[in-house]
Amino acid sequence: MALGTTTMTNDTILKVEHLSMKFGGLMAINDLSLEARRGEITALIGPNGAGKTTVFNCITGFYKPTMGMLTLQRRDGKEFLLERLRDFEIPKLAGVARTFQNIRLFSGLTVLENLLVAQHNALMKASGYTLLGLLGFPTYRRAVDASIEKAKYWLDKADLTDRADDPAGDLPYGAQRRLEIARAMCTGPELLCLDEPAAGLNPRESAALNTLLHQIRDEGVSILLIEHDMSVVMQISDHVVVLEYGQKISDGSPDHVKNDPRVIAAYLGVEDDEVEEVIAVELEGGNH
Amino acid sequence: MEYFIQQLINGLTLGSIYGLVAIGYTMVYGIIGMINFAHGDIFMLGGFAALIVFLIATSFFAGIPVALLLLLMLLVGMLMTGLWNWTIERVAYRPLRGSFRLAPLITAIGMSIVLSNFIQVTQGPRNKPIPPMVTDVFHIGGITISLKQVLIVIITAVLLFAFWYIVNKTPLGRAQRATEQDRKMAALLGVDVDRTISITFIMGAALAAVAGAMYLMYYGVASFNDGFIPGVKAFTAAVLGGIGSLPGAVLGGLLIGLIESLWSAYFSIAYKDVATFAILAFVLIFKPTGILGRPEVEKV
Amino acid sequence: MTAATETGHPSVLAKAVREGIFAGVISFLMFLLFVGIETYQDINNALVWRTRWGLLAIFVLVAAVGRFLTVGFIKPHLDQRKLAKAKSGVLEISESKSFFHRHFLKIALIFLLVYPFLSLLIVGKQGSLKYVDNFGIQILIYVMLAWGLNIVVGLAGLLDLGYVAFYAVGAYSYALLSSYFGFSFWLLLPMSGILAALWGVILGFPVLRLRGDYLAIVTLAFGEIIRLVLINWTDVTKGTFGISGIAKASFFGIWSFDTGSASSFVKAWGLSPSSVYYKIFLFYIILALCMLTAYVTIQLRRMPIGRAWEALREDEIACRSLGINTVTTKLTAFATGAMFGGFAGAFFATRQGFVSPESFVFLESAVILAIVVLGGMGSLTGIAIAAMVMVGGTEVLREMSFLKVVFGPDFTPELYRMLLFGLAMIIVMLFKPRGFVGSREPTAFLKERRAVSGSFTKEGHG
Repeated sequence: MALGTTTMTNDTILKVEHLSMKFGGLMAINDLSLEARRGEITALIGPNGAGKTTVFNCITGFYKPTMGMLTLQRRDGKEFLLERLRDFEIPKLAGVARTFQNIRLFSGLTVLENLLVAQHNALMKASGYTLLGLLGFPTYRRAVDASIEKAKYWLDKADLTDRADDPAGDLPYGAQRRLEIARAMCTGPELLCLDEPAAGLNPRESAALNTLLHQIRDEGVSILLIEHDMSVVMQISDHVVVLEYGQKISDGSPDHVKNDPRVIAAYLGVEDDEVEEVIAVELEGGNH
Repeated sequence: MEYFIQQLINGLTLGSIYGLVAIGYTMVYGIIGMINFAHGDIFMLGGFAALIVFLIATSFFAGIPVALLLLLMLLVGMLMTGLWNWTIERVAYRPLRGSFRLAPLITAIGMSIVLSNFIQVTQGPRNKPIPPMVTDVFHIGGITISLKQVLIVIITAVLLFAFWYIVNKTPLGRAQRATEQDRKMAALLGVDVDRTISITFIMGAALAAVAGAMYLMYYGVASFNDGFIPGVKAFTAAVLGGIGSLPGAVLGGLLIGLIESLWSAYFSIAYKDVATFAILAFVLIFKPTGILGRPEVEKV
Repeated sequence: MTAATETGHPSVLAKAVREGIFAGVISFLMFLLFVGIETYQDINNALVWRTRWGLLAIFVLVAAVGRFLTVGFIKPHLDQRKLAKAKSGVLEISESKSFFHRHFLKIALIFLLVYPFLSLLIVGKQGSLKYVDNFGIQILIYVMLAWGLNIVVGLAGLLDLGYVAFYAVGAYSYALLSSYFGFSFWLLLPMSGILAALWGVILGFPVLRLRGDYLAIVTLAFGEIIRLVLINWTDVTKGTFGISGIAKASFFGIWSFDTGSASSFVKAWGLSPSSVYYKIFLFYIILALCMLTAYVTIQLRRMPIGRAWEALREDEIACRSLGINTVTTKLTAFATGAMFGGFAGAFFATRQGFVSPESFVFLESAVILAIVVLGGMGSLTGIAIAAMVMVGGTEVLREMSFLKVVFGPDFTPELYRMLLFGLAMIIVMLFKPRGFVGSREPTAFLKERRAVSGSFTKEGHG
């Protein structure tokens, strides 16, 4: 492993270095470096098309980055280079769980089943890769009980206990968002990546989400989130990274970022059509 | 070398037929995302329509010119199968549109069973031979080219051009492409989606009918279960070329025709279909969406 | 054409007449060539034709009158009923189930257990051959095959159009190993399953990253490849001739069912010789195999692997985000399904005493898939019902010799078997697109087990 200059202190959980992602001719992310600290909520913000979800997809293995290094350090000191792992190994080995911008629940399975599927790897091992389980070994039975307890715990946290036996597809939108987070937590992650968790929520649901996220952080799980809702970002995050056109333009505490003139210009102060103009110019420039 | 060119020509002829049928698969797949399993049997119906027209026409007008006869066979076949495919879409596929993905697949398989058994019951299970229609052959060097091969390739080329023109240059084609991209949005913008889909089925059937008639002319025999093997081959061709892509269907058809004739010529006739299917599997392993298919971008 | 709201009765009738005439015209054009004209070979073997206007008229009349009745009477009636139901506010799911409903599975199992003896009692030895073999065993083979395929298609959501390949592998494994090496059925039964599963892995591994319809065509291609190899590899498989004289299964090695054998079952029990005992024995074997399939399926669904299959059907990307290795998960589904296909194949070979590539055509795959979908993907009960209706129904058709009285002595009901089978497939799908049992039983629950409505479950993409 060519860790090179990387120095990873124990309070950094994720280190993104010189990440670039190219789609055809389009540079979606250009030489991005950022850090997420353990036990904190790090927010990734930026205008539409800034490349936030692409960063997420690189971290969680759905895209292979064109260039760059993504280092994750687990609590026990083990380090993983995420870009070298296969997609399913990232949650399994590196302990990174995620949610999706367009909710991806197993809509035909019940809420409880959704949470049990999330504990697949633990249960699989306990069932001796199905064989011992089929024979009804007590170790497997205990693991099943434990998995239901864990599911119950997160059902309670996500305020979904009453709906445990309903199909996930039957839940209202806000509850689906919470269920997706609960499901991600059931994989036992150290880093939870949330892609716009507050999108489409009403103020009450949004407040409930904030509480849930704080509880998750208080359990020692670090959170990396993409969010458009500034009130959510400013309220809950410890650390904010601002992206624009695939590049980092600001990085720091919410207050610092809020007052950064570049952020105001790029994100908050400029009208939408102006942004589009800029993009149009940029794209034309890119084509020639 | 001459042997090779000979096989190339044979393969091209066969490939043209597969290509025409493959277009029907690929169009329907493109526009409603469904494997129309009954399409092979539509091809068979086209062959039977041509056969019956041939019998009637030759019994009434013994000396009918071959060109006129062929034209009649093609036209009646196209109308007939167009009507059948239109009805089938209305009855068996449209009510299931937007429902469970496997439901129309099952009705299509059911329709395929119904069509072949319908012909078996109404026309009998035996092979139906007709006297050869076009017998002229040309000799160029050591290569023999029959007129029917030339006809098949020319008719295919003309149809493909007409077809390409319709899809790319007419309002109808634009409606088809729009429906293919986004059915709901197309409907919102005033495209009559139902009508467009119906016309797509009719066009696909018409091409299959031409292929059926030419298959009859080429081999001189029709049978109720002719739909299956050529149907599967054409479907394979559509997938090999990249299902949903029209040039892909033609390319796939030609490739399958060539693989088949060259394999039979140089290796073994018995394993020609094995070779076809194996090559399909092999290509898909390396190019999961076919040769000309758009790579599937996984939306996360 | 368009579904307009009809209020007055006369306008409905007028519409019905219009639509009836339209249907008549369309069907006249459609059937003009294929029904109105018959092609046949004359004494000189030349193809000639004659007209059949009477038959054409019947077809057209049936279409026109049928459409008229549907539009004019049946549809308004159905709409009215739906409306009345909606008005009364009663939910479609009734809470209290009848005794028969609640104990349906137990009753069905008990019935199956006594079925052979019941038929012996009622129709005697010779008569019950038909009921045990043609109905009982035949249907159960399809039940088993469909349950096996259900794991692949119904649970994991992988569209497999070549399932019959594994059935063929099982059948030929038994036929070849028993004829060449003389191994017994009881050794070869598990071996056939394992070999089929192995083939499932070999074929599955390279193609399981394909999605949806690409997977469908490749599985179809593999099915055809295996059949073509069986046809052409004549040195081993005897090609289209098939392998005959395949050994019968013994009574667990204690008694044999061969008539000449010293340890013959019939002699040991002092019975008069009849093939019915063997058939009854086979019936119980396939019944046991079916029960095994059902048991394993039910157990696996509650295991992490089974849940992962269903999750895979619902959303593959979400599965990967939860750390599930989708490739091995798909592969296990494929192999497990293939294994049951292999068991069924070995049983088929010993029951027929003869195998040939004829039995493993694509149509068989299509029929098995149709049974799975018609029954309701994932539902064992629904699939069993579908197998009974579809396979049993076509078998019943063979028995309908009384139809000869109606349609004349030339009428052969068998000819219409597949035609009606196909029609039934279409009609069932049109009325029940999610199959007989569309809902899904959850595998775990906190307070109560409530069936999940079919409108939430997905069907997989590949």
